[in-house]
Amino acid sequence: MCSISGIINTDGTPIPGDVIIKSIASMHDRSNGLGGGFAGYGIYPGYKDLYAFHLTFTDPEAKQRTEEVLKNCVMIHKDESIPTEDNPEGAPIFWRYFIEVPEKVQEFEEDFVVDLVMKINSNINGACVISSGKDMGIFKGVGYPEDIGRFYRIDEYSAHMWTAHGRFPTNTHGSWEGAHPFGLLDWSVVHNGEISSYGINRRYIETFGYGLNQGTDTEVVTYLVDMLIRKHKLSFDQAATVLAPPFWDEIERLDDRELVKKLRIIYSSAQLNGPFSIIIGHRNGMVGLNDRTKLRPMTVGRFNGTVMMASEECAIRAVSPDVEEILYPRGGEPVIIDLEEHVTS
Amino acid sequence: MLPAEFFVDITHDHCRRCGRCVLECGFGALRQKERIIADHKKCVACQRCALFCPEQAIHIRKQEHGYKQHAIWTPEVRNDIYRQAQTGGVILVGNGNPMPHPIIWDNLLLDACQVTNPPIDALREPIELRTYLGSKPQSISGKLPDQIEIETPIIFPAMSYGAVSLNTQKSLAGAAKELGTLMNTGEGGVHPDLYPELDNIIVQCASGRFGVSYDYLNTAMAVEIKIGQGAKPGIGGHLPGEKVTEDVSRTRMIPVGSDALSPSPHHDIYSIEDLSQLIYAIKEATDYGKPVGVKVAAVHNIAAIASGVVRAGADFVSIDGYRGGSGATPKVIRDHVGIPIEIALAVVDERLRRERIRNEASLICSGGFRHAGDVAKAIALGADAVSIGTASLVALGCRVCQQCHTGNCSWGIATQRPELVERLDPVEGTERLVNLVAGWSIELKEILGALGLNSIESLRGNRERLRGFGLNASTLELLGVKEVGEGQ
Amino acid sequence: MIIDAGSMDSRSLNAAIKGLKHNGSIELNNVNGQRYICVGVSGRKVEINGTPGNDLAAFSSDVDINVNGNAQDGVANTLRSGRIVIHGSVGDVLGYSMQGGNVFVRDNVGYRAGIHMKEYLDNKPVIVIGGNAGDFMGEYMAGGTILLLNLDGNHIGNFIGTGIHAGSIFIRGDFNPYQLGKGVVMVEPDASDLEKLEVYVREFCSRFNLDPDRVMEQGFTKLMPQSSRPYGKLYS
Repeated sequence: MCSISGIINTDGTPIPGDVIIKSIASMHDRSNGLGGGFAGYGIYPGYKDLYAFHLTFTDPEAKQRTEEVLKNCVMIHKDESIPTEDNPEGAPIFWRYFIEVPEKVQEFEEDFVVDLVMKINSNINGACVISSGKDMGIFKGVGYPEDIGRFYRIDEYSAHMWTAHGRFPTNTHGSWEGAHPFGLLDWSVVHNGEISSYGINRRYIETFGYGLNQGTDTEVVTYLVDMLIRKHKLSFDQAATVLAPPFWDEIERLDDRELVKKLRIIYSSAQLNGPFSIIIGHRNGMVGLNDRTKLRPMTVGRFNGTVMMASEECAIRAVSPDVEEILYPRGGEPVIIDLEEHVTS
Repeated sequence: MLPAEFFVDITHDHCRRCGRCVLECGFGALRQKERIIADHKKCVACQRCALFCPEQAIHIRKQEHGYKQHAIWTPEVRNDIYRQAQTGGVILVGNGNPMPHPIIWDNLLLDACQVTNPPIDALREPIELRTYLGSKPQSISGKLPDQIEIETPIIFPAMSYGAVSLNTQKSLAGAAKELGTLMNTGEGGVHPDLYPELDNIIVQCASGRFGVSYDYLNTAMAVEIKIGQGAKPGIGGHLPGEKVTEDVSRTRMIPVGSDALSPSPHHDIYSIEDLSQLIYAIKEATDYGKPVGVKVAAVHNIAAIASGVVRAGADFVSIDGYRGGSGATPKVIRDHVGIPIEIALAVVDERLRRERIRNEASLICSGGFRHAGDVAKAIALGADAVSIGTASLVALGCRVCQQCHTGNCSWGIATQRPELVERLDPVEGTERLVNLVAGWSIELKEILGALGLNSIESLRGNRERLRGFGLNASTLELLGVKEVGEGQ
Repeated sequence: MIIDAGSMDSRSLNAAIKGLKHNGSIELNNVNGQRYICVGVSGRKVEINGTPGNDLAAFSSDVDINVNGNAQDGVANTLRSGRIVIHGSVGDVLGYSMQGGNVFVRDNVGYRAGIHMKEYLDNKPVIVIGGNAGDFMGEYMAGGTILLLNLDGNHIGNFIGTGIHAGSIFIRGDFNPYQLGKGVVMVEPDASDLEKLEVYVREFCSRFNLDPDRVMEQGFTKLMPQSSRPYGKLYS
């Protein structure tokens, strides 16, 4: 089942963390206590040019081995424990690192960071990179989202954009690393639903060198988004066409049918088939997308300079009871919200 | 020395001596005197007489030879030896491998949705089977070469005019057009009667190059270079002179009555770089405007072979498993050479993905596909489309008597005898084939619906939705499929 | 029209040939290894200076090609009609499945020349070879004519005409019967054969400035299929 929520101030003004907790908590009944999490953008203004790596370690040895790897290839400007309330039983070690990549790789620094993340996640037992973007971070774990929010003291952060997730896991057990949001670079994905095409999406993305560690469909979605937009330079609209393409009959009626047809033919194995609604966060904004026959819910609300997306309208009204405008996006139709330009520069 | 294989049991009390059975038998096994007399040795159990007897007075029975029981020296083994001792020849047969080997399809089970993700109502909600065959670029920045658009992933494989009758080809071509799918001329050239369906035809270029010309290559949707065939890997084709009638001679462009020999190698292809040379010669001759594919038999090293074929420039690879049919093949080859399509497909798809060239060619599989379940499982293993040869002939009336090589087919399918050919009405044939493939297509949609998928591309290569049941660990590993009971 | 092929690859050279609007003759200079020259081209007169690559004039019809030099493998592969003259030698598999047209090779040809040649109605392919040939010449031959003049009197290949079931091969001068493939019979050419082959010899000689009468002085042997069904009894 799951719940998702996202909020963005397009003018870049900060939103306190308790706002997003309030929103996701209003959909308490959609999750079952086996996972919750948050992604905040603009939370590390003091380190905005450094990659903020959030990691979990099951034991100190994993931490030590990871730090050896990091020290060998990047410069760590600062590292510290991620502040939490008292650790519940079974919780891992939480640590964050603010990292600068060496000058010689700066031309392809994002590829370098992706490789580094894949290397840590696949090679170091007990270590997991939870997020790896600049001026953003992911906080997630086992529990209801509002409890996870309190645990990570989310109310002490401010962000111009937040996404949140409440989990009701099906295919994988509830784990700290397996909770959502899922992140890579500054991408974060929260996802409600289950991708029935997971098997082929996974085999497809693997042929492009992405290593799957969690075995969750959200992980695959994140990598697909990274490949389509960052590597293949598709626009968000085009990427949405790939992930949730129109039916062939509909394509025939479109003005840009040749391009859409080409996208669908080339990226046929990237199509996400089955029920989903997702919110993708990135450095310049937020994108919401439903599957093409809209098997999962999504509501969008606007007030002042703020846009919210959530599984249920109540999650929007919990934040802004008098929201000016409520929209219901169609299946396969992306809702693309960009930060105003002065904020992104 | 050879005993009859079948016994034509005529209930003379019911027989009204109309003589219909005598006319129907393509093998000359029945004569009419005061009553109907059977030459049991000539009967091949094609069932034509039994089906057309107005009194249902004929029953074909398997002869009990009363041979002393022996697990090794079975009646079949003994009879083959008697036959060869008599003739000194190669035993020729038609159809595909009949050996009772395990059929892996039957040990693969499909998934279905329950609660955590929803099934789709296939009868009312849209579910798409449309498929594009051809090479695709890795990303949108590449040029998309010409694709063949098919409305169902089920196509008809190469069966040449000569091996089968013109009415068979016309039935296939008509059905391909109506269904929006493809038929394949085999290597016998294109008969002018098929010109209206050229948009649904693949032409073949085999080692004999019969009927192959610039016009022929440019006439249809795609060109397939035939390297091998599942019923006879490493063995060429040979259309005996008696099947080269006036009309066949025209499409093959050889004199009437002459043997048409297609030896196993193309003598301009002795190595993979030569295949590439021919692929590009054909592309050059067709101005790079048509997909050029290559058909190979599934053999031990198929993964490396297919990879080489793709790197040689093929836009699609047709892989024919060892159960694939044939109009004529040496029995010893048919029954003992090659590997199952299930394994071949699995290892080829995986190999091409590992080498990151899976997008460069489509995979078409064939060799013993019996129903929509087999088709769905093949797609899940990674096939783009499936070719159904024997099943399509059975739809036209074939009783699988395996006598295609004799040219006496009573059903008008694998024969050039005009009085037999005219029994197969191409209009009715088309209708039967359309019905079959339409039925399978609906079943495919039902399967997709149960899987919660509304387009075939989300099943293609989605091995997560297959589980093996009763397969050993190494087979499961080759198939890339988990055991039943294992979750995602 | 002159094209300097020196810096062109196969595809661009052929695109240049196909792209020409006029129907006049073309001269290709500095050709070296470009494949598929004139593939799928029809109605062109082409002069080639250099060494054309594999599959020269494959699947072509009505071409008139003159090569000043040697050619490589696969010349006239599945040629439908036209004429190809080689002022030199060619590699293997000359005239594979040729269905019509004439090929004249001044010097030697490699293995498997003229295999699968076939004829139908007025399409009757002819290959005339001035020098010698490799093994398997005329294998699976299903029609047409091969003339092997062997003007230098060198060794010619073995397994000649294996599997031939139509068409004929004429060999000038001596050779050993063991050099023939299975199912091939040797006969004396009759008057009509001689008349036919003299026409080809005269054309060959006129192309390469040779004296046809001297070529005709030496006798020819005709090779024919024993049966149009060489494998009729193979199957039980």
